[in-house]
Amino acid sequence: MIWQLEIIILVLVVVCAVGALAVRDLLGAAILFGAYSFLMCLLWAIMGAVDVAFTEASVGAGVSTVFFVAAVFRTSRRTRD
Amino acid sequence: MWDDFVRLAVAKANYWIYIVLMCIGLWGMIVKGNLVKKIIGMNILQTAIILFYVSIASKAGATLPIITHHGPGTDSIQAVGHINPLPHVLMLTAIVVAVATLGVALALAMRIHRDYGTLEEDELLAMMREK
Repeated sequence: MIWQLEIIILVLVVVCAVGALAVRDLLGAAILFGAYSFLMCLLWAIMGAVDVAFTEASVGAGVSTVFFVAAVFRTSRRTRD
Repeated sequence: MWDDFVRLAVAKANYWIYIVLMCIGLWGMIVKGNLVKKIIGMNILQTAIILFYVSIASKAGATLPIITHHGPGTDSIQAVGHINPLPHVLMLTAIVVAVATLGVALALAMRIHRDYGTLEEDELLAMMREK
């Protein structure tokens, strides 16, 4: 386990989480949430949970992002906060 | 004193980040007014809990929980040298449940948008009060 890499990814995870909640465009929030899920999957691959990592990469990052993008296109992109 | 603090912060970094992510998720669910933002906050909360469980499974100096040779004639398996796979299996279920709740929540949000024309919580509450 390379701890420098893990610290960098942990910081990036927090940045992506705050960004996904703070950005004022729902499509941008969906894409940032996808980046957050992929960073999380990288973190689990580093920690040795390979089965959790590939499930998260396919289901968590892939399908969740597609769901969010589909829902945003069928409703509205605008948000006030 | 400072060295001890730095060592503790680096060694337990996963747990600190788990607490931070859980607070971010709760903040998103409570403070944000948009329903899609609330759903993103719920997902961040769920992945924070998965991070906690995967962190308690990892050991220093252990390898992946995959056994390459087994059967008679081989040495007995040393559990110390492998990462604990039980929390991983539990978290596989949690990821699938997270996607299922995400799908249901987004379907409900789309239905609300079709009926009310908005996703903002305060506008929805005002409209429901008028009815």
